[in-house]
Amino acid sequence: MLDVRGLKKVYEGSGRRVEAVRDLTFTVDAGELVCLVGPSGCGKTTLLKCVGGLLTPSGGEVLLDGRKVSGPPPGMAFVFQEYGRSLFPWMRVGENVELPLKQKDLSKARRRELVRDALESVGLADAVGAYPWQLSGGMQQRVAIARALAYEPRVLLMDEPFAAVDAQTRADLEDLVRGLWRERGITILFVTHDIDEAVYLGERVIVLSASPTVVREQLKVDLPVERDQLHTRVDPRFAELRTHVYEQIQAAKKGAAAS
Amino acid sequence: MRRALLRLVFTVALPALLVTVWWVASAGSTDVYWPPLRTILEAFPDVWTAERLRGDVLPSVLRLAGGYALAAVVGVALGTVIGSYRRVRAVCEPVLEFLRAVPPPVLVPVIMLFAGIGDTMKVTVIAVGCVWPVLLNTVEGVRAVDPVMAETARSYGITGVARLRNLVLRSASPQIFAGLRQALSIGIILMVISEMFAASNGLGFTIVQFQRGFAIPDMWTGILVLGLLGFLLSVVFQWVERRVLGWYHGLRASARRSP
Amino acid sequence: MRGVNAALGAAGLAAFLALGEAVPRLGLVEEAYFPPTSRIAEALADEAADSAFWTALGDTLTGWALGLAIASCAGIVAGVLISVVPYLREATASTIEFLRPIPSVALIPLAVLLYGTELRSVLLLVVYASFWQILIQVLYGVQDVDPVADETARSYGLGTWARIRHVLWPTALPYVMTGVRLAAAVALILAITSELVIGAPGLGKRIGVAQASQAVPEMYALIVVTGLLGLLINVGARTVERRALAWHQSVRGEVAV
Repeated sequence: MLDVRGLKKVYEGSGRRVEAVRDLTFTVDAGELVCLVGPSGCGKTTLLKCVGGLLTPSGGEVLLDGRKVSGPPPGMAFVFQEYGRSLFPWMRVGENVELPLKQKDLSKARRRELVRDALESVGLADAVGAYPWQLSGGMQQRVAIARALAYEPRVLLMDEPFAAVDAQTRADLEDLVRGLWRERGITILFVTHDIDEAVYLGERVIVLSASPTVVREQLKVDLPVERDQLHTRVDPRFAELRTHVYEQIQAAKKGAAAS
Repeated sequence: MRRALLRLVFTVALPALLVTVWWVASAGSTDVYWPPLRTILEAFPDVWTAERLRGDVLPSVLRLAGGYALAAVVGVALGTVIGSYRRVRAVCEPVLEFLRAVPPPVLVPVIMLFAGIGDTMKVTVIAVGCVWPVLLNTVEGVRAVDPVMAETARSYGITGVARLRNLVLRSASPQIFAGLRQALSIGIILMVISEMFAASNGLGFTIVQFQRGFAIPDMWTGILVLGLLGFLLSVVFQWVERRVLGWYHGLRASARRSP
Repeated sequence: MRGVNAALGAAGLAAFLALGEAVPRLGLVEEAYFPPTSRIAEALADEAADSAFWTALGDTLTGWALGLAIASCAGIVAGVLISVVPYLREATASTIEFLRPIPSVALIPLAVLLYGTELRSVLLLVVYASFWQILIQVLYGVQDVDPVADETARSYGLGTWARIRHVLWPTALPYVMTGVRLAAAVALILAITSELVIGAPGLGKRIGVAQASQAVPEMYALIVVTGLLGLLINVGARTVERRALAWHQSVRGEVAV
C-alpha cells in the first residue's frame, strides 16, 4: 500500500549541508498500524513529511498504491505534534473539522454527517460549537484527530501527536488511536520517540538509526490485538519487546557518537 | 447588582465632574475665546440643525467612508500580494517605508494639483493617506502565518482562494485591524484638513468659517461635534473589531491564563 | 540572504526613482503637476543651499521634539498615577475612552485663536495627539505586571515608591518604548500639519508657500524631506527601542490600540 524506496533528504542552505535522511526503505501494508521509533533528532519528522508529500525528497520515492507521491495526496491525512498551532483558532471545532471536506465534492448534509460522526468517535460530540483554545490540550488533539478521520483518509500519518500532553491524557489518546484503527481499518503510520508507546500501539515497530537515518530493524509486535494500559504493559512479552527496542536505540545513539 | 451600580458610578462620575467644573469655571466668563459652557450648549441646537447635518456633516462622513473603504480594499489586496512573496517584499520594502513615513497631510497640496478641489481630491487624499498603515500591517500579518497552520492547510489540499480566505486573511486579521485603526484616525485628520484647505461645505470648512467670523461659541460647538464624531466612529470600529476578532481576544486571554 | 535582500531593496528604490523620471518625461502625466525625479533632486539641492530651509527644518524639529518630550513626561506620569492610586483607573476609563478618539485637528481653530502662528499652537496639537499614544501604552504595560512579583515585593515590605521603581517600571518599560515610538511618528504628522494649516513657521509652512506660488518642484522636494525625516524618526525610534530592551526581548509586546 505505502512503499518508501531509498528515501533520502538533504537540507541545503547558506553553505551548510545537512543530511537528515540517508537511505530509507520500508513498506506499510493496507490496514496496518506501524510505529516508527528512533532517537531524538533522527529525522523522523522529515521522513514523515516526505511520506505525506509536504517535503520533496532529495532522492528515492514514496509510492501510495503504486503511484508516486509528489504533493499531499487526497487519500492521506496528517496529524501534527503541535495541535495548538494546527487547529485554526478563528474557527469553531465543527468548522475546523469541516474545512478540509469543503475541498472535496460533498453535499452539505454529507459533510455535516462526517463531522458529527468524527467528533463522536473521539468523544467530543458536545464541543462542535467551542473554539479550540477553550479546550484542553488533549481535547485539542482529539479535534485534530477527528479532522483527519472526517477526511476519510486511507493512510493516517501521525507525527509524535501525544508528545505535548500529560501522561494520563496520553494513555487515553493511545487507546483512542488503537480503537479507531480497529474500528475503521485505516492504515496508520505513527512516529514517536517513546519506546513504550511504539510497542504498545504498533503491530510492527520500525527502529530508525540516528541521523543520517536508515532503518535499523523491523520488529513484529506479537502482542494480542486486544490491548489495554493495565494488562498489556505488565505482559512479560511487552517487557521483552520494549527492552529489545530500547537496546537497539541505545546502540543507534552510540553508533551516531562513534561515526 | 451592587457591582453594576458601582461600575455605573465609576463610568459617570469623572465625566460629570469635569463637565461641572467646566460649567462652573466658565459661568461668568467674559473672555471671548472661552465662552461659558452654557452659551455653547445653547448655541448648539441653533447651529447644528437638520439642514446643517445634511449639508455639512453628511458630505464629510461620506468622503471619509469612501476614502477609507478604498484604502482598506487596496491596502489589504496589495499587502496580501507583497506579504506572500519574499522577493516582492524585499524589492518593495524600502520604498514602502519611505512612502509611509511621509506625513499624510502634505499630500493635500499635491493631490490638489491633480484633482482640483472637489470631492475627488478629498476622497483621494483620505485614501492615499490611509492606505499605508493598512498595507504595511497586512504585509506583516500575511508574512507571519504560522508554518504549522500553513502545512496543515497544504496537507488537506486547502489551496488558492480557500487558503486565502480561511487561512491567510484570517490569521492576518489582528494585524489588519491594527492597521485599520491607525488608518481611521489618519482618515479623520485628513477629512478635516482637506476641507480646511479648500471646500464649500463639510465639517472642517464650517468650523474654520466660524473661527474666521469670530463666532466663538459656534466654533466651540463645531469642536464638540468633531469630538463626538471621532468618538462615535471609534465606538463603531470597536464594535466591528470585537465581532470579527472575538476569537483573537479569547485566544489571548486563554494564553494569559495558562502560559 | 541579507545581502540579497538589500540588493533587491536597492533595485526597488532605483526602479521607483526611474519611474518617477520616466512617467512625466513620457508625458503620461503633466510635467507641471509631477516633475521628473531629476528636477525634484535639483530643487532639493537648491533648498539645501538656502539657509531659510534649514531654519524651517529646525523649527519643525523643535516643535516635534518639545511636543514629544512634554507628551512623554505627562503620559508617563499620568499613566503611573492612574495605575497606582486605587480606583483611579476605573474612574478614568470612560473619560479616556471618550477623549482619546477626539481628532487633534479639531483643536486647530482654538489654537489659531489662542496662539496664532506661534510655536505654542504647534505644541498644543502635537502634545494632545501624542499624549494618548503614550498614556495608553503605559496603562497596558502596568496591567501586564505579574501579580506574583507585586505580591512578593509587598510581602518584603517594599513601599509604593520602591514598587514602582523595581516592579512596575521595568515591566512597563517595553510598552512605554513602544508608546514613544508611535508617538514620535504621530508628533511629526501633527507638527507638519499645524504648520501647513495654521502657518506656524516650519517645513509645513514652506510647503504651503511653495504650493501657493506654484513652485511645484520645490513643493515635491520639501515633501521628500518630510518623508526622509519621518523615516529617520521611525528607524531611530526602533533602534533606541531595540537597544534599550535588549535585556528582555521576550517580554516586548505591542498592543494593538
